[in-house]
Amino acid sequence: MAETAGATASDGTPRRDFLTLVTTAFVGVGVGAVAWPFIASMQPARDVLALASTDVDLAPVAEGQAITVMWRGKPIFVRNRTAKEIEEARAVPMSQLKDPQADQTRVQKDNWLVMIGICTHLGCVPLGQKATDTKGPYDGWFCPCHGSAYDTSGRIRQGPAPRNLEIPPYAFTSDTKIRIG
Amino acid sequence: MAIGLHNSDFKNPVIRWVDQRMPIFTMMQKEYGTFPTPRNFNYFWNFGALAMVNLMIMIATGIFLAMHYTPHTSYAFDSVERIMRDVNFGWLIRYVHMNGASMFFIVVFIHIWRGMYYGSYKAPRELLWMLGVVIFLLMMATAFMGYVLPWGQMSFWGATVITNLFSAFPVVGEWIVQLLWGGFSVDNPTLNRFFSLHYLLPFVIVGVVFLHVVALHITGSNNPLGVEPKGPQDTLPFHPYYTAKDSFGLVIYFIVFAGLVFFAPNYLGHPDNYIPANPLVTPAHIVPEWYFLPFYAILRAVPDKLGGVLMMFGSIAILFVLPWLDSSPVRSMRFRPIARIAFLLWTICFFVLMYCGGMPAEEPYVTISRFATAYYFAYFLVILPLLGRLERPLPLPESIARAVLGGGGPMPAGAVAKPMDKA
Amino acid sequence: MLRTALGAFAVIGALATATPARAAGEAISIPNHPFSFDGIFGTYDRASAQRGFQVYKEVCSNCHAMHLLSYRNLRELGLTEQQVAAIASQVQVQDGPNDEGQMFERDGRPSDRFRSPFPNPQAARAANNGAYPPDLSVIAKARNGGADYLYALLTGYADPPPGVTLMDGMNYNRYFPGHQIAMAAPLNPDQVEFADGTPGTVENMARDVVTFLQWAAEPELEQRRAMGFKIILFLTILGGLAYAVKRRVWADVH
Repeated sequence: MAETAGATASDGTPRRDFLTLVTTAFVGVGVGAVAWPFIASMQPARDVLALASTDVDLAPVAEGQAITVMWRGKPIFVRNRTAKEIEEARAVPMSQLKDPQADQTRVQKDNWLVMIGICTHLGCVPLGQKATDTKGPYDGWFCPCHGSAYDTSGRIRQGPAPRNLEIPPYAFTSDTKIRIG
Repeated sequence: MAIGLHNSDFKNPVIRWVDQRMPIFTMMQKEYGTFPTPRNFNYFWNFGALAMVNLMIMIATGIFLAMHYTPHTSYAFDSVERIMRDVNFGWLIRYVHMNGASMFFIVVFIHIWRGMYYGSYKAPRELLWMLGVVIFLLMMATAFMGYVLPWGQMSFWGATVITNLFSAFPVVGEWIVQLLWGGFSVDNPTLNRFFSLHYLLPFVIVGVVFLHVVALHITGSNNPLGVEPKGPQDTLPFHPYYTAKDSFGLVIYFIVFAGLVFFAPNYLGHPDNYIPANPLVTPAHIVPEWYFLPFYAILRAVPDKLGGVLMMFGSIAILFVLPWLDSSPVRSMRFRPIARIAFLLWTICFFVLMYCGGMPAEEPYVTISRFATAYYFAYFLVILPLLGRLERPLPLPESIARAVLGGGGPMPAGAVAKPMDKA
Repeated sequence: MLRTALGAFAVIGALATATPARAAGEAISIPNHPFSFDGIFGTYDRASAQRGFQVYKEVCSNCHAMHLLSYRNLRELGLTEQQVAAIASQVQVQDGPNDEGQMFERDGRPSDRFRSPFPNPQAARAANNGAYPPDLSVIAKARNGGADYLYALLTGYADPPPGVTLMDGMNYNRYFPGHQIAMAAPLNPDQVEFADGTPGTVENMARDVVTFLQWAAEPELEQRRAMGFKIILFLTILGGLAYAVKRRVWADVH
């Protein structure tokens, strides 16, 4: 009895197979649909996505100085570059860059460099913001974790990081103020 | 076959390789595939599987809620509302969890009722039954602590009233209450430990459910006739017969569940729990969640503080000794004309207590509660022990197959009244 | 078998009807008022909810906070990003500390929570004769009767019947438990001027603000019901299939 009962019926086998198939398909769709809300709930919530933008006053930052501000829980490097640094950054031929990007495309005003201060390798914060920090062989930033070196435009020049430091969305709200985000 | 390997019947090489070394597939096949199950289950036998699914739903939704919840008196209420508003599908997960508790109790109440009506607690299933009562107690503790977490008015005052129950015990009462609170009133330490325990206890329940199922698979299931299967003609393999039947029941259960979650998510709740907890103001009319109302009514029916607490705990503790209070050898109430009426009256009393528990503590509800409480206990302590001697059961069918397939007449009552123990 | 299945549902039904054994005693019956979100097919009337927000902003928000809502939530009522930004920028929000360690005020942004009229409950009580104006974020879920009760309360102010003496600073309301409420009648005819030409009657303002409050308490309501229909339809089909499979499987047993 146990052997015959489950697998086959004397007649109508095709219909039952089709029926079972459709039902199984429905169950599959249902289980998939149930999984989705759980996964989605782990994505950033709406209040997180709507997090405030950050206003930064640039007036106190003298030429050659840098400040670090917080935006979306990340450090943002804001540097008032010297003419020498700008010149260095623009003199580099594209062919020497691992992630070729012209310095002009990375800034809105020549002297103000605004970047997300997170190494594109594995997420450490590079050194180079403080005057006493080591700036690495390219006079920009140097990540102490695995030795990635960035130049005065925040571009990757040496080490394991694959990309240049990222530029956040920002806009100048006046000559000396920016809003990030 | 190499020595030391399990003798596997599976043909698929991967499954066979695993099964020879760790015979989980053989075990699943034995316990949920070919497992011989009485052929005459009615739909009441769906509710064990439903309870299992409900437990898994509660754990899954609970884990995801815990990712967003903050167990601190200053943030708990707002963090729950943040789940409802800002977390993607947070409202869905929270309402499923909230109403899932109610669904769990509906399912488990019916499951327990089924066990009581068809005598599933009787030998040889006493331990199976007692493990079930342990699960029920753990569920109540878990549900109570879960209700505290949103930190609304009912959360706070429910926690205050229930923890104060323990102060009724002489000498150690005050010490126990302080131990529960971690302070001098229900406050942040209480909320923190309740959250911790609310997360822990469901996994303890999973463990006891496992034992419950182990015990079930030793004795086999009871059935609506209460007559043990006498051979293969009385049973069916669990799969596909009962997997198919359980699946259908499960869909019906999901429809009821969905109706609650999507169209009346707050129907079984209380509006006061959307008011943040305020230790200075008690709501005008505090009631526990609906599934505690019968026990709450028993508590209030007794005019003495310690007496009320003891009666309330006793109303559940008495279930532990039910297998020995009911001395009748006949399991199913179908064949016990008097016990059946007595039990249906008990069921009505349960609902009456549930109703009175939700009413203010005033007449006529107090008097009604007292009569219902008296009958609640009399059924266990007086009626069942006496009926075992006095009641004359109806003739039992000779076997399940005979009763179901209609072959042959019933056997005389005396012939099967005794050999109830499974061979 | 069917009989017992029906029995099971009868038990569920009995549970469902036995449970709303709620606060009896104070037997003030709340009249039913028709709202756009009533019934299982109801949705929020966006224009009404927008007007309701205006009533809240111009009247209620002088005393009542709604700290669970943010200005960005108003987008769901059909306001544009610019309108929301303009509403938010009308309020001053405390932020900080700045680089000097000082707190400072700045213009509100859409991501800010609704500004609370009082810094803390004590200040709210002090300014309101000792009565605390409750936060309205989830008020529609936090009162027996929900939206119907709120509407009844807002339109239920009257002169006290003969024989009733009001305590100092209290007002008579037909639907408030105990009938004596500290809040004076908040809505008066033509108190709010609606841009869309809706007459500023007390009834219109009450309906609109209650619609807004219901939305504030249950912003997920429309999505919830729409999803519910789809899921129950799906489950009904699946139930039919499961039953057919069950019948087939059992065909050789019966």
